[in-house]
Amino acid sequence: MAKDGAAKLSKNVLRMKFMQRGLDAELKKQLDEEEKRIISDEHWFLDLPELKAKENHIIEERSYAPCEDLVFGRMSFRGFNPEVEKLMLLMNTHKEEEDDDEDGNVSRMETDITDEEMARRYESMVESMRKKFAKKRNRSTVTKSEEDVNCNVADNQPKRAFLKPQD
Amino acid sequence: MDTIHACFKDKIGEVLLPGDVFSFRLPESGDGSIKTDKIICGPGLRRNGEEVQVCKSGILRHKQPNMYWIDSQQRRYVPAKGESVIGIVTAKSGDIFKVDVGGSEQASLSYLAFEGATKRNRPNVQVGDLVYGQFTIANKDMEPELVCIDSCGRANGMGVFGADGLLFKLSLGLVRRLLAPQSEIVKDLEKIFPFELVVGMNGRVWVKAKTVQQTLIVTSLLESCENMTSQQRQTLFKRVAEGSL
Repeated sequence: MAKDGAAKLSKNVLRMKFMQRGLDAELKKQLDEEEKRIISDEHWFLDLPELKAKENHIIEERSYAPCEDLVFGRMSFRGFNPEVEKLMLLMNTHKEEEDDDEDGNVSRMETDITDEEMARRYESMVESMRKKFAKKRNRSTVTKSEEDVNCNVADNQPKRAFLKPQD
Repeated sequence: MDTIHACFKDKIGEVLLPGDVFSFRLPESGDGSIKTDKIICGPGLRRNGEEVQVCKSGILRHKQPNMYWIDSQQRRYVPAKGESVIGIVTAKSGDIFKVDVGGSEQASLSYLAFEGATKRNRPNVQVGDLVYGQFTIANKDMEPELVCIDSCGRANGMGVFGADGLLFKLSLGLVRRLLAPQSEIVKDLEKIFPFELVVGMNGRVWVKAKTVQQTLIVTSLLESCENMTSQQRQTLFKRVAEGSL
């Protein structure tokens, strides 16, 4: 290739990051703006006047279920199938709750475990999970912190992190 | 706003024929202070531009605050989105099952639409099984699609059911009466003997009782309820209850 005074590089190469480190901030800004302009010119858009969506006052509904408030289709009577009877209660009270929410009357569901027991279980579960996933170095600090009532963890060792070279 | 409801109000409870039109002039949209109410047209009513047309013959019903529909009688089911139906599995092809729901086309049911089903863990569904599912897609342009889970991924009683028992067909009006919130037919039937019932909105009903005879009794009672007044029905049920005991 014939060697000129200045090497003729293409526009795209000049636009790459490593070629622009030597430029001023102003030149950089200009180049950025030009690029944005080119990109936004390329976007396609419809040149139509703004159409307002027609508000439909009439809604069509094809099914009978919301009209007549039909109940759940599986039914069991006098204990023939206890699972279905449980389902019936669940599905039909779910529907009633939607109506009741307007009145503000929400009945509590029957719980197998009390709230207190649930809280106790969660507490112990959180501790054991923390221990399980703590790194080997941190495991001793985790077990130590349990004895302190206020859970004050005194950091005995400085946190070991990667030190970046100052160069 | 009131004009819309007034048009309908005097016709509630009356018999209407296809072709009857309710038209009302809505106020010009320049006046922004008037809040326009929405009206929900149920089955039997159709929107035609700014008018509402009746397309089935029957009685006009109303539910607060703004729902109107035509209560009509038919035996042929047309799939509608959100309805729970009983279907019979007719074929297994690749990833979907073909299910017969009594409409003009067979519905498709994907094998992933069951609770706890994954690509490796296929549900145990055979040809000829009964499934209770809901429509997610059901319009006149596309093949209807069923699913056996709700939007949270739980089954809620849907899926394959029924070993034993008997499946039979009723008219759609009777099925809706059975599914009404405080259904008298169901309350009267309950008193006779314990049994299990699955009602699909496509007119199909499945019954199971302790013995074959009791199943057949329940079946024939349901089929005969169609054209009886409540008085006649109650005397009949009482006779059967005494007879069986």
